[in-house]
Amino acid sequence: MSDRGIKISVRDLHKSFGSKVVLDGINLDIGVGESLVVIGGSGSGKSVLIKCILGILVPDSGSIKIDGEETVGISRGGRERVLKKFGMLFQGSALFDSLPVWENVAFGLIQGRGMDRNEAKKIAIEKLAAVGLGPEVGELSPAELSGGMQKRVALARAIAAQPEVIFFDEPTTGLDPIMGDIINSLILTCVKRLGATALSITHDMASTRKIADRVAMIYDGKIIWEGPVSKIDHSGNAYVEQFIHGKEEGPIKMAVRG
Amino acid sequence: MNFVAAVGRVFLAFLEATGRLALFTGASVAYCVTPPFYLRLIGRQMIDIGYYSLPVVGLTATFTGMVLALQSYTGFARFEAEGAVATVVVLSMTRELGPVMAGLMVAGRIGAAMAAEIGTMRVTEQIDALTTLSTNPLKYLVAPRLIAGLTMLPLLVVVADIIGVFGGFVVSVSKLGFNPAAYLKSTFDYLERIDVVSGLVKAAVFGFIVALMGCYSGYNSKGGAQGVGSATTTAVVSASVLILCFNYIITELFFSR
Repeated sequence: MSDRGIKISVRDLHKSFGSKVVLDGINLDIGVGESLVVIGGSGSGKSVLIKCILGILVPDSGSIKIDGEETVGISRGGRERVLKKFGMLFQGSALFDSLPVWENVAFGLIQGRGMDRNEAKKIAIEKLAAVGLGPEVGELSPAELSGGMQKRVALARAIAAQPEVIFFDEPTTGLDPIMGDIINSLILTCVKRLGATALSITHDMASTRKIADRVAMIYDGKIIWEGPVSKIDHSGNAYVEQFIHGKEEGPIKMAVRG
Repeated sequence: MNFVAAVGRVFLAFLEATGRLALFTGASVAYCVTPPFYLRLIGRQMIDIGYYSLPVVGLTATFTGMVLALQSYTGFARFEAEGAVATVVVLSMTRELGPVMAGLMVAGRIGAAMAAEIGTMRVTEQIDALTTLSTNPLKYLVAPRLIAGLTMLPLLVVVADIIGVFGGFVVSVSKLGFNPAAYLKSTFDYLERIDVVSGLVKAAVFGFIVALMGCYSGYNSKGGAQGVGSATTTAVVSASVLILCFNYIITELFFSR
């Protein structure tokens, strides 16, 4: 973990949907400027963890501290203030269909920070360039872009407001391996350039090895292993071994039905 | 005993749904009256609801006025009261049929579109994205639609009233042999301010209901395409039923002696 202090601290986090327990006492620390990747199978609660940290979902119990400030039960104004520190790249990109690409990228600047539209557009074009897209793309609608270009636009939107923390939800899902690698490189470059703290969730091991400083594995609602990415191949944990090698045999039993 | 338990569960589910809707309505209305106001979005919704609904509302009002004249004539002719046709047409249009028909048409056109758009935003995580971009989804998505629904439906109903009365006039004069001047005179002689005002109040309430149910159904949709489809159906059906319920309540408030 980073020795510059803890940016996000999660303690004994619980979240259930009806009788289904999704998070069952998660403990996790993310250091300032660190890139942590949480791995785990589909339906293991990775997305729920991120949504709880962002306040999109309300945890049943536990503590989430951002820069030492408790955010579980925080006021609406406090939540808006905390969210200004965050950028997020969604699994399906989640671009707004009704807005052109440049306005998607500039959205947080215009609506969230009240920036003048012309000034925000200039920044949006700069951010598009940072992810390898020309200014002409800014005038297109998201529906006119390929999946890879949509991910780049979503990355440009995530970094547009220069956030202190960036979350990546399955950043390479649905992309071919080459485009996946390009997105991973862009993530590395952008996070390093901003000096941001990054939390990614994925089940793509190539992505994990490329962007992670540290890896944590979530299984059955708990963090069952965490350590530096260099040690993941020698974790000594049967669950991690099975997961990273994608074997059918092992302690992880995939539910055929949810 | 099982039957009682089943009734109880249904009743509790009804109370829960009502409570959720009440909380959603309260929060959304609060965002309608607190700055910042998204004027660009409000304007876009006003054009969608007001301008683009004009053809369908106008056509509905025209045929409703025409049928009303024809039906009242054939009915009243049985006891030689044909002279009341103009009054029946204008009062029915302004008090009831103008707002109700416009409300139902807008529920089908706009309520469904709102539920589908917001529902798709929900299932594709666009609403979550709004939150992460420091933008309150209720304020950005719901408040502009409520304001536009509340303000534009009365304007649509003014147009519907005029066109509907004109439809009745055309049928009465061209087919039923009424004298144009006499028809117009009886139209305006018996029309009072409260007839028009009550219709406009209904229109404002119906516009609010259509936008509210469209937004609420879309905002709470779950699953994929099927969830959005069912949110669209819920939006139209619930708005239509509420329009008919509130039509009675407002009529009772205005006209019960």
